[in-house]
Amino acid sequence: MAADHAHDSHDHHDDGDFHVSYKGYATGFILSVLLTAIPFWLVMGKVLPSPKLTGFVILAFAAVQMVVHMIYFLHMNAKVEQGWSLLALIFTAALVVIMLAGSVWVMFHMNANMMPTPDPAAMRNMP
Amino acid sequence: MTASVATHVNGAPVYYDHAGDHHPPNSTMLGFWLYLMSDCLIFAVLFAVYAVLGRSYAAGPSGADLFDLPLVAANTALLLFSSITYGFAMIAMQNKRKSQVLAWLAITGVFGLGFLGIELYEFHHLIHEGAGPGRSAFLSSFFTLVGTHGLHVTFGCIWLVTLMFQVQKLGLTPANRRRLMCLSMFWHFLDVVWIGVFTFVYLMGVL
Repeated sequence: MAADHAHDSHDHHDDGDFHVSYKGYATGFILSVLLTAIPFWLVMGKVLPSPKLTGFVILAFAAVQMVVHMIYFLHMNAKVEQGWSLLALIFTAALVVIMLAGSVWVMFHMNANMMPTPDPAAMRNMP
Repeated sequence: MTASVATHVNGAPVYYDHAGDHHPPNSTMLGFWLYLMSDCLIFAVLFAVYAVLGRSYAAGPSGADLFDLPLVAANTALLLFSSITYGFAMIAMQNKRKSQVLAWLAITGVFGLGFLGIELYEFHHLIHEGAGPGRSAFLSSFFTLVGTHGLHVTFGCIWLVTLMFQVQKLGLTPANRRRLMCLSMFWHFLDVVWIGVFTFVYLMGVL
């Protein structure tokens, strides 16, 4: 029995700061439903005047929803693993931003430079 | 310090590592998190490819012609429901209710399979319409990105069923709880990736 007890307390210690609750998951779920439904509504109902504006708004919603998932479902905070998890996440996010922004930037200019450039005078006479 | 207990089986001493000193506690979680971050980079590259090629239709169909948003909304809902049911499995695990854990895992698996079913239907439909991965750069990058996510969900489902058998047979042992926590991170991570997919690929594709 004593060994069993020792084992139990060890298990508890092993779980560390892992404590989940219905409240946390419910909050995350309700926020996620809202943050998913609004972008679908914006796009399917063509609510906003310009597609460009809609694009920026739904990207913002996606970013917020990712943070919501990180906090309420993946239980991310500065204390997990003495902060190493968050550090790894921030490092990865930085890499992702550099890679995405860099790829789009470089390839966009590549496209512009590789396209056949028509004569400006001819452009003016185009319909 | 080791808390090994020596007993004798057939005259030979046997050591049990009751304290689990062979590895520092919780290192599995950090290691698995680092794996997920590297997986995140794979998806980031595929997103970058889609961002560059996603408008190269080769005179073929565009996202606005192909994507069926109500179907995507259903898929999104299934994945979101599976996320919260997995969360309930984790709460049951915390309360040491084995049968509840198994029930919630089963429901999560059904949602996961539903997601895969809809995605396979969509892929089949697209290929049948002549909009397969070979049609244009847009469709190549689309199938690669969404297919990679679907492949992850497939392996998540296999892992989930494996764990259900493990929990059924061995109970909520520390090893099984660690495995359930790893799969929890994997499953929720896939939902985070799906947020990027439905926003960037589907919703912005029909704009």
